[in-house]
Amino acid sequence: MPKAKVNGVEVEFEPGMTALQVAELAGEEIPRFCYHERLSIAGNCRMCLVEVKPGPPKPAASCALPAAENMEIFTNTPMVKKAREGVLEFLLINHPLDCPICDQGGECDLQDETLGYGRDDSRFQENKRAVEEKFMGPLIKTVMTRCIQCTRCVRFAAEIAGVPELGMIGRGEDAEITTYLEGAVTSELSGNLADICPVGALTHKPWAFNYRPWELKKTEGVDVMDALGSAIRIDTRGPEVMRILPRINEEINEEWISDKTRHVCDGLMRQRLDRPYIREKGRLREATWAEAFAAVAKRVSATTPDKMGLIAGDLQDAESMKAAMDLFTALGVKNIDCRQDGAQLGGARESYLFNTTILGLEACDALLLVGTNPRREAALVNARIRKTWLTGKLQVGLIGEAADLNYGYEHIGAGPASLAKLGAFGKVLKAAANPAIIIGQGALTGPGGAAVLRAAAKVAADHKMVRADWNGFNVLHTAAARVGGLDMGFTPRKGGKDVAGMIEAAASGKLDVLFLLGADEIAADKLGSAFVVYLGSHGDAGANRADVVLPGAAYTEKPGIYVNTEGRAQVMGRAAFPKGEAREDWAVIRALSEHLGKQLPYDSLEALRARLMQDHPTFGQVDYAPGASTAAGFDLKSVGEEGALSDKAFAGALSDFYLTNPIARASVTMAECSALAISVRRAPLAAE
Amino acid sequence: MVGILEDKDRIFTNLYGFQDWRLEAAKKRGCWNAVKDMLSAGGPWIIDQIKNSGLRGRGGAGFGTGLKWSFMPKVVGDRPHYLVVNADESEPGTCKDREIMRHDPHLLIEGCLIASFAMQAHVCYVYIRGEYVREREVLEEAVREAYAAKLIGKDNIHGWDFDLYVHHGAGAYICGEETALLESLEGKKGQPRLKPPFPANSGIYGCPTTVNNVESIAVAGTILRRGADWFAGFGRPNNTGTKLMCISGHVNRPCNVEEVMSIPLKQLLEEHCGGVRGGWGNLKAVIPGGSSVPMIPIDQCETALMDFDSLRELKSGLGTAAVIVMDKSTDLVRAITRLAYFYKHESCGQCTPCREGTGWMWRVLERMCKGEADMAEIDMLLEVTTQVEGHTICALGDAAAWPIQGLIRHFRSEIEDRIHHYRAGKPHVQGSALIAAE
Repeated sequence: MPKAKVNGVEVEFEPGMTALQVAELAGEEIPRFCYHERLSIAGNCRMCLVEVKPGPPKPAASCALPAAENMEIFTNTPMVKKAREGVLEFLLINHPLDCPICDQGGECDLQDETLGYGRDDSRFQENKRAVEEKFMGPLIKTVMTRCIQCTRCVRFAAEIAGVPELGMIGRGEDAEITTYLEGAVTSELSGNLADICPVGALTHKPWAFNYRPWELKKTEGVDVMDALGSAIRIDTRGPEVMRILPRINEEINEEWISDKTRHVCDGLMRQRLDRPYIREKGRLREATWAEAFAAVAKRVSATTPDKMGLIAGDLQDAESMKAAMDLFTALGVKNIDCRQDGAQLGGARESYLFNTTILGLEACDALLLVGTNPRREAALVNARIRKTWLTGKLQVGLIGEAADLNYGYEHIGAGPASLAKLGAFGKVLKAAANPAIIIGQGALTGPGGAAVLRAAAKVAADHKMVRADWNGFNVLHTAAARVGGLDMGFTPRKGGKDVAGMIEAAASGKLDVLFLLGADEIAADKLGSAFVVYLGSHGDAGANRADVVLPGAAYTEKPGIYVNTEGRAQVMGRAAFPKGEAREDWAVIRALSEHLGKQLPYDSLEALRARLMQDHPTFGQVDYAPGASTAAGFDLKSVGEEGALSDKAFAGALSDFYLTNPIARASVTMAECSALAISVRRAPLAAE
Repeated sequence: MVGILEDKDRIFTNLYGFQDWRLEAAKKRGCWNAVKDMLSAGGPWIIDQIKNSGLRGRGGAGFGTGLKWSFMPKVVGDRPHYLVVNADESEPGTCKDREIMRHDPHLLIEGCLIASFAMQAHVCYVYIRGEYVREREVLEEAVREAYAAKLIGKDNIHGWDFDLYVHHGAGAYICGEETALLESLEGKKGQPRLKPPFPANSGIYGCPTTVNNVESIAVAGTILRRGADWFAGFGRPNNTGTKLMCISGHVNRPCNVEEVMSIPLKQLLEEHCGGVRGGWGNLKAVIPGGSSVPMIPIDQCETALMDFDSLRELKSGLGTAAVIVMDKSTDLVRAITRLAYFYKHESCGQCTPCREGTGWMWRVLERMCKGEADMAEIDMLLEVTTQVEGHTICALGDAAAWPIQGLIRHFRSEIEDRIHHYRAGKPHVQGSALIAAE
């Protein structure tokens, strides 16, 4: 490897690195504003100037300078210091010094660099420039006078988000960042714009003036808004989650999160179930835990196991699902299911996982999407596909709704029948070195789902998508709890009913007791006269129908294990405490088990986790996605069930990206985003 | 004889438009003569000849043209080569390319073919300044003539397929910077690119590209016809050849003239322009190379030679050889303030020092014009210019800083006098009031 010297210290570097990266290898911190590891290089802030030998007798922008063999880089010479001080002074002359009222205060790059390179006074006597605010939608607040024209936001929108809706107009000191027509940014990743803004020009509108960063307690967590398990940081002040920010996880979300992940947090303080309720004379009344448990026990003892059912929701942690499953199995119940949407999945683990892994998509060169809109169902998978597509090596085919995915694709057909006739794209898949298929939940729900899965597996087999070192067979989930549920066998026991069966049975009076573990995405109004027990955090469809409401904890309020669509178990930390009398879900179930006479054999979360990992070892493999390691034993022929393929177009898995779960539906911000998205879809621009 | 250059050695024989610019007349002046022979001698021969002639780029930076051509890949890979001619002549004081394009357009077209052949390019773009409407019309007509006469185009008589496109800019100074020009040509916002990669490696559409000034290209044909030694015989070593010079300002007869390099500035002004208005003694300062270079005062004008090296020694530059003459009636602070406003107006706004610095410098100068400034601000202004200079992506930052540095270097006392004068009789102005109270 070539070598270079940084301040006299020799370092080895990989060919292709820039001077800035080499300096960082040597442990030198280079100040920067416009440079961002994941965006193209603009080189316009001029803050990263270094002195280079051999080279001209003037400082060079290290972010854009390719490092060369035997290059000598100096980051601490008087020339460098003076150059950076000069640049910083220029940045500050037109920057309003309104840090005390700026939401970026305390985590502002400009503040930080000013500490290192700023003057103690101002030599600028003229009037400062003022810039009009721009409208960028309900999530981004703009104070454009603070903008330092680094163009990170422009590059993020164009490159990562794939919506070239931001740009710089004007020139010289009149240059302004704008959305041109002052429309909302139509990206589900728009919140990241405020994250990458190094100053307070773009901040998060819903959180404006709500907190100071140093007041917040930071907890590392895992997102449950989709099935990716994006790495997040939950910032709390007292009992309230003030904001959710991304953490870096190169294998899942890099350093971005979707708007739903980020801004759902105001839903955590609304519509909360903070005490038990019992329905009496058609109305829910406040009750004590003892009353609630007694009411449940009374009804359970009055019926038989075949007339009871258990449905788990999409946001459940593995521990509470395990506890509920153990309890109901002990009661002899066979009607157990975690697939609210009726997806026809189960069986071998590889048959319902995202086996390629999200990071693995970067090696893929031909990708077939079946019944999925990854932009809505898993925005960061979509970003990863776009990233790979931008390299020019990936070709994408789509069967399903022809939506705008931010990258080019060949639309093969709308329904399952197209799986049998791929046409020209079949040749692309055949010729590819690493072909892959992604099957969305829209293709797998309903009665024909198993047949679609079988047909997709046949496509995978025909095009050699699964081999010892590559597994291109992927199921893209939308529910954070789904893979964990399938892993532990949270599916109907032999002879038991699935979700649709239970609802049908309840409607016709054949089901007496239905236990909803955070399940709100079912037809709650069609449960007939069944006695419904709802354990969950938010007053949504399930609680509305329930006869007994047991208040539980939201995902930020309990430690829990979630398994993402790749089969990666991740552990969540507790950021806040459950509201009011609510308790962690597993503890509620543990308490209930005593009242039902089937006391569960664990008294602590640790004991429950030990039991979980003992019964289902995959939960112990934290932060590990099996990927291609299980490909060798994967029998594609046994996936799904034989059946006829209809010609009916695939239904979308999500009707509204912003309102997919009880927490999002309780969020004011998500409601606003949803309304705006609908209005944008309805009213095309005048130019169209 | 006026000046040094004899009429027989002029390259631009129709500089003043006294004759027809069309193909027939141009051919009579020697244009398009023996081009086929030149091409048959091969690209390396052409590049060698240009190198030997000592031709340095006429756009301002003075980089060796032959050397620049030799930077292009020797073999055409999977990316085609391009020649781009920079006709975005916007430097204040400069009007040489304009005369070439409207009075001798065939010299330019001929040069484009020769240069493209030497660099194995089949396509050439001429990016012409937005304000040059008539010039574009003439040039486009001349291109049509050349196509019709099969001088260029597919299957032309020279045996080198060659297409030439004239592209009209929108009138932005920054688009005269070569990489900004390429961006603009590609249909994007005209903002300079980061270098490296240099255009010879990755220029327009990411392909190897050479960007040359109109004059550099237009002289190529004549150099090859008359020989590199002929061209190299003018001027001093390293500053050879003839050069179009544009003299404006306080001279009796402002003019464009083709002269040899290294002609003494005084001789240029005295013999071609009828001298400085009111006599040589009335001269105050000269900006010798377009608005971007620092001015030189009268005592340096006595000895200055119009070439790259002489003017560099005087901490100025030849630039585009656009001589702006200012006599003693000139308010130099006002003049430089106007230039500072120009650079503030034309900064693209991409990188920080130029975007913020040009506006700052202009505003300080506006106050200094009236004397409404503090003495310490002169040094501050000088320091601000050094904070801009050399810290930007392109040379516009340097161009904005140098005129101000020239002003302060040579005429600091004028600013000081202005400030003193303003304060006199204004006891409320801070500073003077304190002195009075003491």
